[in-house]
Amino acid sequence: MITLIDGLSLGSIYALIALGYTMVYGIAKMLNFAHGDVIMVGAYAIMVTLSCSLSPVVAIIVSVVLCTLLGMIIEKLAYRPLRGASPLAVLITAIGVSYFLQGLAQIIFGAESKPVGSSWKLPAIPALNKHGITTAALVTLICGIIIMVVLTLFIKCTKTGSAMLAVSEDRGAATLMGVNVNKIITITFAIGSALAAFAGMFYLLQIPNAEPMLGAMPGITAFTAAVIGGIGSIPGAMVGGILLGVVEKFCLASPLSSYTVAVKFSLLIIILLVKPTGLLGKVSREKV
Amino acid sequence: MKNNKKTTNIKFKDYVNYVLIGALLLYGLVLLLTGGLRLSTAQLLVQMGYSIILAVSLNLVVGFLGELSLGHAGFMCVGAYVGGFCAVFLKQAMPEMKLIILIISMLIGGIVAAVFGFIIGLPSLRLKGDYLAIVTLAFGEIVRNVFMNQQAFGGARGLTTGSIIYDTRRSPTLFIAVFVVVLIMIFVIQNLVKSKHGRAITAIRDNEIAAKAMGINVTFYKLFVFIIAAFFAGCAGVIYSHTTTPVLYSFFSYNKSIEILVMVVLGGMGNLTGSIIASVFIAYVNFILQNQLSGPLASLRMLVYAIILIVVVIFGNAPALKNFREKYSISAFFSRFKKKDAANRKDDEAKWHRVPTKIKMDAILSTDLNPNSDMSIHGDLGNNDGKGGDK
Repeated sequence: MITLIDGLSLGSIYALIALGYTMVYGIAKMLNFAHGDVIMVGAYAIMVTLSCSLSPVVAIIVSVVLCTLLGMIIEKLAYRPLRGASPLAVLITAIGVSYFLQGLAQIIFGAESKPVGSSWKLPAIPALNKHGITTAALVTLICGIIIMVVLTLFIKCTKTGSAMLAVSEDRGAATLMGVNVNKIITITFAIGSALAAFAGMFYLLQIPNAEPMLGAMPGITAFTAAVIGGIGSIPGAMVGGILLGVVEKFCLASPLSSYTVAVKFSLLIIILLVKPTGLLGKVSREKV
Repeated sequence: MKNNKKTTNIKFKDYVNYVLIGALLLYGLVLLLTGGLRLSTAQLLVQMGYSIILAVSLNLVVGFLGELSLGHAGFMCVGAYVGGFCAVFLKQAMPEMKLIILIISMLIGGIVAAVFGFIIGLPSLRLKGDYLAIVTLAFGEIVRNVFMNQQAFGGARGLTTGSIIYDTRRSPTLFIAVFVVVLIMIFVIQNLVKSKHGRAITAIRDNEIAAKAMGINVTFYKLFVFIIAAFFAGCAGVIYSHTTTPVLYSFFSYNKSIEILVMVVLGGMGNLTGSIIASVFIAYVNFILQNQLSGPLASLRMLVYAIILIVVVIFGNAPALKNFREKYSISAFFSRFKKKDAANRKDDEAKWHRVPTKIKMDAILSTDLNPNSDMSIHGDLGNNDGKGGDK
């Protein structure tokens, strides 16, 4: 039971990150490899604001705003020039951006991990903690669900949301219908990066240390989650993220704990081989 | 007359790779014979050697087959662990014959890595592009994780290969063996790429469906490329295990794969000579910074790699920079000297040149159909036509 709740809360972090991947993939048709490192930037933003002895609320706002801006800047500088180029080129540039952010963080903050500060902690709830459930896990789970619901509503009910759906369906047709595709892509990157900032925040609640490589592993795992769920599909990312989180926690609790990484990634390979488009992905036929 | 000129040009291109490797080998040999070869220089040569092997074999996958593999360090890991393990075992059986041990362990490590290449090639039949990239990345992580947990291979402390370290202060001769392997590899890959099979592979890269329609066995060639690339990466791993102790799983991380990718991208995807030069360069930079692996300079190196990746790819592929590229790229620079009459052709003649009957191997990713950018894209028909017009 405790493992399940831990797994669900880790899973909702993965789901938040995976949402960023999947939205960007659905709309810009590219893998944003640097997404995991946006989480890292968000975590450092929280660390720096807290070390200036500002309140955690300010830290959250700073981190979200910074990540949103960062996402937009990355899109503008690195990805926009390559729109229409081969997917391989875009993918390699994305890897380059990811590497760049990690290198930059290493130069500014050093390679070793740094504690976030004591104010970044949630009050304990005795009734729950008695059963071994941490407040952080619960808050992560609840906030994660709220964010996902809000995002789904945003896409279903607002004009921008429908424009995003239209662009992901058929970019050319959307342009003809008067959708500003560039603007929509920028908005997508902004939302995705804001989600990454939230994910970074929850991540710090569980592991209160910021380091340059912090985003790499959750990033790759969440990316795996997005692929498992069917990349481009928003419910798929949520399902995939939560599935992976639960699998990881159960794995860690079992005798197989040292093989967790292998199990996670084998799951990915198996699912992709059985169903190459992921669990909830759309099947698209390739035309000549 | 023009035809003669062209053939001599191509011939030089054929040998430039061997000349480069030969020059490095010669440099090492001269130093060795005059007694001026320091152990550190020999190690640098070995590092350059296995970097070349890694970069060229990855280039076969990325540049020629057109599939992004992010798990190349995984194959190297398999080779290093398996080959290193074999070598340590053989060393006890026959302690004096280190060259034979090297050869046997390299074959075994390479073959085991090739088996893994076959396994990782299987998903590539159903997946491509981004999906395949992530599967290869996952593969690299799985391999690392599994080796980390095998007590037989030293577990988390790594595989101790102290007994098989090849170079001694007296006779640092591993680099000779390494460069022989490099020469064999260049011979194999270069001839493969230029053969009928190489054309089939590039055809798959350019358009898989069209290639299938032309009767190319896509399954066979994809697996083939993955197996060859994995084999050589495994060999590189075995060489690594003969230079370093302990062989530690953390060396073969995702970052190592990226580093190999940087070599390929910097040298030009689909360009073997470029890969060689870039990997020698990067191995040299790594070597200089070796002592500052955790210092600020090391992070600076990471930053520089990142910028190289981004700038090179954007410069080479951005649609908006197409005109700029045609004016200032290296091939345009050379073609300016080759044929000046290209600019004087009439419009309707030039249109013949747009028919890409022969696609040049190192026309990187996007096939450029503009006659001014790259001379050898032109169809035979176009060339004859142009000459007729000149006379």
